[in-house]
Amino acid sequence: MSLWIWLLIACVLAYAWKLVGYFVPAKFLEDPRASRIAGTMTIGLLASLTVVNAVASGQALAADARLGALAAAAVALAFRAPFLVVVIAGAGTAALLRLMGWN
Amino acid sequence: MGLEPAQAALARVPAGPQAVKLRASPAVKVGISISIATGLYGISFGALSVTSGLNLWQTMALSLLLFSGGSQFAFIGVVAGGGSGIAAMSAATLLGMRNGIYGMQLNALLRPTGWRKYVGAQLTIDESTATSTGQADPAEQRRGFWTAGIGIYVLWNIFTLIGALAGSGLGDPRQWGLDGAAVAAFLALLWPRLKGREPVAIAVACAVATVIAVPFVPPGVPILVAAVVAALAGWLSHGRRDEGLEPDIEPYAHPGGCHARGNAADAGSQPGDTPDQAAAP
Repeated sequence: MSLWIWLLIACVLAYAWKLVGYFVPAKFLEDPRASRIAGTMTIGLLASLTVVNAVASGQALAADARLGALAAAAVALAFRAPFLVVVIAGAGTAALLRLMGWN
Repeated sequence: MGLEPAQAALARVPAGPQAVKLRASPAVKVGISISIATGLYGISFGALSVTSGLNLWQTMALSLLLFSGGSQFAFIGVVAGGGSGIAAMSAATLLGMRNGIYGMQLNALLRPTGWRKYVGAQLTIDESTATSTGQADPAEQRRGFWTAGIGIYVLWNIFTLIGALAGSGLGDPRQWGLDGAAVAAFLALLWPRLKGREPVAIAVACAVATVIAVPFVPPGVPILVAAVVAALAGWLSHGRRDEGLEPDIEPYAHPGGCHARGNAADAGSQPGDTPDQAAAP
């Protein structure tokens, strides 16, 4: 139940961010700092989420099939594969490595 | 590709001069193809969401109400890693900040009035912004935003539902490598934003901060630690102002597309100008 509450708060805040942009005075655009932080935070959060999903197992660090998925995704991206192909490459590699016995 | 039937359908429905204009509109064409490309990957969100422990309704609530790919993936990514609801909400909210910046740009560019502001706000995401700002003509900017925004919203939700229904029948998600799919999805979201040395440095610093934090703080919190590191980097450094604000899927992927977007992004920073002047390179 509590997950629902945080989920709905996240939805409200996401809309609030979007709406704020349409109502702040246009002069805010002249301050590059807000867009800089929005951008660097996007990069930082996505990098962090990539790493957490690749090596974190609760509060422990683990080297398992997910590392293979990370490598496969990087290769697919280097070859400019579309998003869905990258995701399938990641899933397929992790599944295959598990079949071969690497957890 | 799948593009043809959609374009044909669009051209068929409204007869008359308006239909001719829409069919000839480059922004509408780009908007439709970006809608299909982006909508399709809703399938991976739907499948990963239900295997992360969210139910079908929670999954659909994220796509219908939150509607921002990166934030949605962040929410389920934190939950999948055992993080708390509040950590998931925080990560999703911090990632959503850039939509506020897009809202400012679009407001200066399109000057929507009345209810259009409120509907347009919900449709304000990476791809609709990029489709709009990549056009030079104000009418095309408007068409690009609404075509991509509405198109992605509809398809993203349809494909989220398909993915969620498929995902709930999969059994053990690890056997199918779906945890690997999540890793790949986040890397694919990050990848287009790593243009230049500084974004790469920020990504590496945040990745290292995350790994160091994992053993010491509860699941989900390392991501927020990385957010602080990234915000500090943004505050102290002086790189490109639109760094990290690239869309997940670039609507103008052909040569010259980036250039067009660069111009429009600069134009968005001159709010005093009329859209006409602002769009001029």
